[in-house]
Amino acid sequence: MEQTQLNVKQFSADSFEPLIHAERESREKIVAPSLTFLQDSWRRLKKNKGAVISLFILIAVAVIAFGSIWVSPHDPTKQNVKYINLPPKIPGVSLDGFNGTALIGGQRVDKYAQANVPEQVHFYLGTDGLGRDLLSRLLMGTRVSLIIAIIAALLDLSIGVTYGMISGMKGGKVDNVMQRVLEVLSGIPNLVVMILMLTIFEPGMTSIILAMIVTGWITMARIVRAQALKIKDQEYVMAARTLGESSSKIALKHVLPNISGVIIVQMMFSIPSAIFFEAFLGFIGLGLRPPAASLGTLLNEGYKTFRFLPHLMWAPAITLSVIMVCFNLLADGLRDAFDPKMKD
Amino acid sequence: MNQVAMPNKLLDVQNLKQYFHPGQENEVRAVDNVSFHIYEGETFGLVGESGCGKSTTGRSIIRLYHPTDGEIYFNGEDISKLKGKKNMQQFRRDIQMIYQDPYASLNPRMKVQDIIAEGIDIHGLAESDADRNQQVNDLLELVGLDKSHATRYPHEFSGGQRQRIGIARALAVQPRFIICDEPISALDVSIQAQVVNLLQELQRKKNLTYLFIAHDLSMVKYISDRIGVMHFGKLVEVGTSEEVYRFGLHPYTESLLSAIPLPDPDYERNRRRVTYQAPKEDGKERSLKEIASGHYIYCSDDEVPFYQKKLEQKKRQ
Repeated sequence: MEQTQLNVKQFSADSFEPLIHAERESREKIVAPSLTFLQDSWRRLKKNKGAVISLFILIAVAVIAFGSIWVSPHDPTKQNVKYINLPPKIPGVSLDGFNGTALIGGQRVDKYAQANVPEQVHFYLGTDGLGRDLLSRLLMGTRVSLIIAIIAALLDLSIGVTYGMISGMKGGKVDNVMQRVLEVLSGIPNLVVMILMLTIFEPGMTSIILAMIVTGWITMARIVRAQALKIKDQEYVMAARTLGESSSKIALKHVLPNISGVIIVQMMFSIPSAIFFEAFLGFIGLGLRPPAASLGTLLNEGYKTFRFLPHLMWAPAITLSVIMVCFNLLADGLRDAFDPKMKD
Repeated sequence: MNQVAMPNKLLDVQNLKQYFHPGQENEVRAVDNVSFHIYEGETFGLVGESGCGKSTTGRSIIRLYHPTDGEIYFNGEDISKLKGKKNMQQFRRDIQMIYQDPYASLNPRMKVQDIIAEGIDIHGLAESDADRNQQVNDLLELVGLDKSHATRYPHEFSGGQRQRIGIARALAVQPRFIICDEPISALDVSIQAQVVNLLQELQRKKNLTYLFIAHDLSMVKYISDRIGVMHFGKLVEVGTSEEVYRFGLHPYTESLLSAIPLPDPDYERNRRRVTYQAPKEDGKERSLKEIASGHYIYCSDDEVPFYQKKLEQKKRQ
């Protein structure tokens, strides 16, 4: 006991120093760089190889498809009766099927020589029954399909998000009525809507897009409503309310940013289904009228002569599949990137 | 000292009722006929078990819900029937709330400075962007955070730091009365003290009045001047914290008090928990009755002498 007391007295008062204030502050310091939600998501998306490859393929497809407005190998709508049903011919490739030859009666014949095609003219994917260059038509079709799908998806987005947001945020009776309306709408098969549309409108891009959005926004509206219901009971929304924030501001500032990930993912999934629906309409003959082309109308034309001229169907089929797979992989990757804990 | 002699009732809640789905089969009487008052500058603690209506009371007072019935006087004005945007905005500035879950009470997509400045923006309290930044920095400093934290997102902070951001947000509109809705129950014990001390320090600096909602009786006793005990949507006992803590009379309060653990092995070995048995329905009218000065018990008229005797007995021990 005595010894400890002695020890304490050995220290004089001036050998003590107050704790430096900065030390406390440095403990509170955050060293890691501040990442926004998008930066953080991009960082996670980059780790997903499939999604990144899909993203680059889609960008490439879009650039080529839209670039072909100005630079097209041939005129996609110009018919040439002399050059009908030519097989693909790629310069420098001597593989059967890509060298301008076809099997006729068990014998390989150079179709280009038969049709007197000049040496320097190549149709990389061949020509169709009216002598139009398939590659040019494929690029045109891809472009049209993408435009239809993206416009339809954007309209779905704007209608669906607005409707779902109002329904979810208002709640109560308003929500109840709005949901019943949705149920009635979702009961109408959209093929019926499409056929009815065509009795009024000319078959074309506008009527296809209109038919798609009549029922297409319903899924989006439901998802947004469910998310809004979840977010609006969060404490930060209550805090905004007690601070006197108006309902519309709460919806825009607090709810929408927090469900943006889900909305983007839903939109990325709705684009391929819109492409597919358009192709389906084109295939059953309710799509665009020639000479305009979409992937669906190209498939429709191609399948009729699949036994003799398989390239007419293979090219649009592969393009359609690649685009759909890429969109789905990208949407999957985005979902993981936006919501790594899989909460939604 | 005059203030102590004649305390001003800042908040006076009378017969507050908050029913959900009233008149329907699934009617829930979350808050049933609750009356209490809070003096200016004091801390009123509200305790009770989970789901007894503590938070609902707080939310009804701040008008997150529309009270079914009853009056709430804030500074002499009935705020339960407040109408008009202008009156409402002033009321929103006077009363603020601190929330329970620091992980859910901050918008994850907003920067700390925008979270704190939300009230400043809504009420137009800043003259310029520079003024706004200055106010945010002052508030951050006030709650013990660093200026550099303003440009960061909530997920970069710990629970205690987040709770302090929440406190800064509430203080931004210069309120007079703050409802603390279990502000410490989601925090680590070592952080709880930090936040409670911060709240007390702010109360001294800014002359704030608190309604402190919690279920931890010893923490409530530490911070509050007066305590109200709630059970099943009803206030069963109100008194000064010392009085309730030492001479809790209502059987439910006794049960709560018997559940408080102490770091004392001898005491713990002999501690007997009292289980609360709700009195049988005997058709008697019960309401809050003043047993001793400032000490109220929820009972019927003929039970008053019984409780008075019980109080005397307890004080003699």
